[in-house]
Amino acid sequence: MVVKVMVPTPLRQFTGKQASIECTAATVGEALGHLTSTFGELRKHLFTDDGRLRSFVNVYLNDEDIRFLQKENTQTKDGDTISIVPSIAGGSCRERN
Amino acid sequence: MAIPTVALSQQDVKLSREEIQRYSRHLIMPEVGMEGQLKLKRSRVLMIGAGGLGAPLGLYLAAAGVGHLGVLDFDVVDNSNLQRQVTFTTADVGKLKSEAAKARLSALNPSIEIQSYETRLTSENALELFKDYDIIVDGTDNFPTRFLVNDACVLLGKPNVYGSIFRFEGQATVFGYPGGPCYRCLYPEPPPPGLVPSCAEGGVLGVLPGIVGSIQAMETIKLILGAGDPLVGRLLLFDALAMRFRELKLRKNPECPVCGNHPTVTKLIDYEEFCGIRGEETLPMTDGIPEITPKEMKARQDRGDDLFILDVREVHEYQICNLNGKLIPLGELPRRVSELDSSKEMIVHCRSGKRSADAIFFLQKAGFKKLWNLKGGILAWSDEVDPTVPKY
Ligand SMILES: [Zn+2]
Repeated sequence: MVVKVMVPTPLRQFTGKQASIECTAATVGEALGHLTSTFGELRKHLFTDDGRLRSFVNVYLNDEDIRFLQKENTQTKDGDTISIVPSIAGGSCRERN
Repeated sequence: MAIPTVALSQQDVKLSREEIQRYSRHLIMPEVGMEGQLKLKRSRVLMIGAGGLGAPLGLYLAAAGVGHLGVLDFDVVDNSNLQRQVTFTTADVGKLKSEAAKARLSALNPSIEIQSYETRLTSENALELFKDYDIIVDGTDNFPTRFLVNDACVLLGKPNVYGSIFRFEGQATVFGYPGGPCYRCLYPEPPPPGLVPSCAEGGVLGVLPGIVGSIQAMETIKLILGAGDPLVGRLLLFDALAMRFRELKLRKNPECPVCGNHPTVTKLIDYEEFCGIRGEETLPMTDGIPEITPKEMKARQDRGDDLFILDVREVHEYQICNLNGKLIPLGELPRRVSELDSSKEMIVHCRSGKRSADAIFFLQKAGFKKLWNLKGGILAWSDEVDPTVPKY
């Protein structure tokens, strides 16, 4: 299945600035695996050391949260969009760093 | 979804002649009308943060005639705020944001009541502050406060109109609505510090908070009026570069630690600790990271020491100002590490010293030994060595 993975702004620095990546994958997990093997630095931002999706990163298949589907085993079909939705906190952007 | 309207006080209020003129464009709309305008007048809205999101929010809520507006912010107006925080003028620089916002909003609409709170929202004061308001609007800039606002709203059963921004991207939704999901249904835990780029690294386009804050204002007003479909159970994502809105479904998580079937959070906790940043401001990650002050670095350069300067900021930051170092942005360091010579003594710097500490941590693991972190970054260099280097 050819699916599109949408990369949110904070993570684009790890995908060579690309906002979306197309790949062939039968499940959401496969698509994420494809993404992190292409862009190695992305891995630690999405997965814990033991390979679980981090709890502050949500993954959606089209408009559904995969936690309420079959998680990473959720099957994809052609033309599906997978979105990575990390928590962002900015509001007034107090300069800090 | 059936819309249980926000419980407003039943206090008997009327509009003056002047108010009828002022709100005439609302009054002639059937969706608002006299009844809606009186609901607005009776409503009490607390804004957490008077910054980027708070600017359009405060202006539109005041203009619309929200009768009681609370503005909570402990910060002062800085020059670098004016690019997006349009409530403030250049003359406000140095003033308390809560006070400056109150003055601006009172000037816009003298017939409403505005209460400013020059305070940091804490687990100790949140419930007490929130209890007098119908709706809380979250326009803060950090994870501990976001979780605190969420938990306090869930505990008190008050809607939390949420918005957040990053560079060109925004999110908005309404949490804490009866029967709807909360922030923790979406994100049970905060990201560990350092894994998500902060705003200072990220920046934000000035118009973006204007758009997202306006969406929050619209949702707040709809909740008060009980009009339309509230942004409940839907996360609105806005990408300004693509100029595209998308919508994702948000579900109430039965296992949510605050609003789930078996809540484990039944009172407010220590949110700084929860977010893993307790003491971060006083104790930056300097363990095992050797530091050099700007003055020491200058003295060594003047002495003619062979020091290699590595700048780990972004290209566009380098263009603002630089110390003639080699530029490798932090995100590119892992794949460009071969460009560096580990036999040379190296000073690593960024804007304030945090990213460079991360870079040194990485380089140490890669086997580099002769490393120094420029303490306070290019900001400190400007303060202590060369004031012609602009601060940003
Ligand atoms: Zn919840």
